Amino acid sequence: MNWISNYVRPRINSIFSRREVPENLWTKCDECGQMLFHRELAANLNVCTHCGHHMAIKPRERFKALFDGGVFTEVKVPEPVADPLGFRDQKKYVDRLKEARRTTGEKEAMLVAEGEVGRTPIVAAAHDFAFMAGSMGMYVGNAVIAAAERAVELRRPLVLFSAAGGARMQEGILSLMQLPRTTVAIQSLKEAGLPYLVVLTHPTTGGVTASYAMLGDVQIAEPGALICFAGPRVIEQTIREKLPEGFQRAEYLLDHGMLDRVTPRGQLKDEIVTILRLLLREPAAVKGDLPAPEAAAAPPETRAAE
Amino acid sequence: MNYLDFEKPLAEIEGKAEELRALARSNPGMDVDKEAAALDRKAQDMLAQIYGALSPWQKCQVARHPDRPHARDYVEALITDWMPLAGDRAFADDHAVLGGIGRLDGEPVVVIGHEKGHDTKSRIRHNFGMARPEGYRKAIRLMTLADRFGLPVVTLVDTPGAYPGKGAEERGQAEAIARCTETQLSLGVPIVSLIIGEGGSGGAVALATANRVLMLEHAIYSVISPEGCASILWKDSERMREAAEALRLTASDLIGLGVVDRIVREPLGGAHRDPAAAIAAAGEALRAALADLRGRDRRDLREARRRKFLEMGSRGLAA
Repeated sequence: MNWISNYVRPRINSIFSRREVPENLWTKCDECGQMLFHRELAANLNVCTHCGHHMAIKPRERFKALFDGGVFTEVKVPEPVADPLGFRDQKKYVDRLKEARRTTGEKEAMLVAEGEVGRTPIVAAAHDFAFMAGSMGMYVGNAVIAAAERAVELRRPLVLFSAAGGARMQEGILSLMQLPRTTVAIQSLKEAGLPYLVVLTHPTTGGVTASYAMLGDVQIAEPGALICFAGPRVIEQTIREKLPEGFQRAEYLLDHGMLDRVTPRGQLKDEIVTILRLLLREPAAVKGDLPAPEAAAAPPETRAAE
Repeated sequence: MNYLDFEKPLAEIEGKAEELRALARSNPGMDVDKEAAALDRKAQDMLAQIYGALSPWQKCQVARHPDRPHARDYVEALITDWMPLAGDRAFADDHAVLGGIGRLDGEPVVVIGHEKGHDTKSRIRHNFGMARPEGYRKAIRLMTLADRFGLPVVTLVDTPGAYPGKGAEERGQAEAIARCTETQLSLGVPIVSLIIGEGGSGGAVALATANRVLMLEHAIYSVISPEGCASILWKDSERMREAAEALRLTASDLIGLGVVDRIVREPLGGAHRDPAAAIAAAGEALRAALADLRGRDRRDLREARRRKFLEMGSRGLAA
């Protein structure tokens, strides 16, 4: 009895109370400073309702908004050798990983899923910037490969949402090897004649831009996203001059011919469906919020974790 | 001779031997041969001792040594009928990347390499080996040329990294690197890469997505410079020694990880002490790697290269 009242009940209570009364009901916009009610912000896909600034969005939240009826099935990613170098800086890499897993509740920095978007079956992958800056190590490499392989297997397009500081230093040269490694995966997708669509989100830098994030058949970016190889600070240190306003932002890249489009998050779903169906030579898209496809909605285990 | 900080004791001994000989030259009849020879032997022993146990950070210093032979030196010594080819046909010719056609042992090859330059003027001209997008686009053009005519590609990697500049970013540095890697992964001809000095991150792997990756004994290959890594993870760029250690950027570490296929031994005291010997050893290794790949069909070469990179890292360092 003691065990139940002392341990189990408080645990249950804490879980429920956490759910019903979230600690932060309000979020401050990083750009305009406006206080935003969390439910409104979530309903607007983490885009500031006041100034339109695009804040980070978790892959799961993005997928819920992207896939018809919010239903998707996770694609399994093969587990790599953990901490291949036995890396330690001021902290052990394994401890940094544990910490990231604890704070994000995710296994690693990329989520891969399959499902339907506007009744168009796709495979999607998304970086989780909250997980060690979305950095690309062996796991993210495996995730990109798994996504491409699954897309080839199901003969579906791949849509990738990037958000990463670059390669994961703690995996040393093996993180660098993800550049050619993921490129092989993207090539197999292209050789299978399947569309590869990249949506660059804030921020996408370093080794990720220097590989799969820049190899899309169509390149879209969210407004204001920082997209670069070398970050602005590094460049300012090198050339010792101030960089122009908006340098390396999505709109600047669009002007310089590095992107096809800059599209607000709220319009992405419709735009992705339109582009994919054109490239696949499918009839025009069914747009708007669609319920889950019946086949996928039936078995509960394929539903997205709430 | 430019001495590195950890070579100071060596510099003293070599300096003494030189002083003795100078003394003998100005005082004919003075016999210093024996003493000078003893100092030489001592210097040799010390050199062997120092270079037999270089720390990862010391290797970085050797890899960046100003007197170390650069791509141009390798081309001059190993390639006959050398025809440099220039330009990306879109914007400019990037002098940080040299490229052209020539013969290695009589066999036509395409050679592409980062060039750092050897004095202030040429270093500025070559932008210290830091390529802009034009450099990678020139490389793509030359690789495509090699593929069309069935010529093997040899790349010489020696760069601190791709250039972090305003124009480079505006013209798509990341995209150029990504396309260069992609191009290598689709070529139907043998590609052999040799890391001769610094293999600096994306700017290096963009020229090293090869069937065989060879590496000079004291070269380094890393995702980030030790200084950059230290400033991010230790918040102090002076902790580069620890970062160099943690990054596993030496040739022997990279063999263990399966990233590098073969280490090319350098002369005692590093390639800069005997460039001709270092270049000759590199030439041997390149010939052997190319011979090994000769006669394989296009599809096989491409698939093997792709498989090599796909499987990379599946073992970790422990294996």
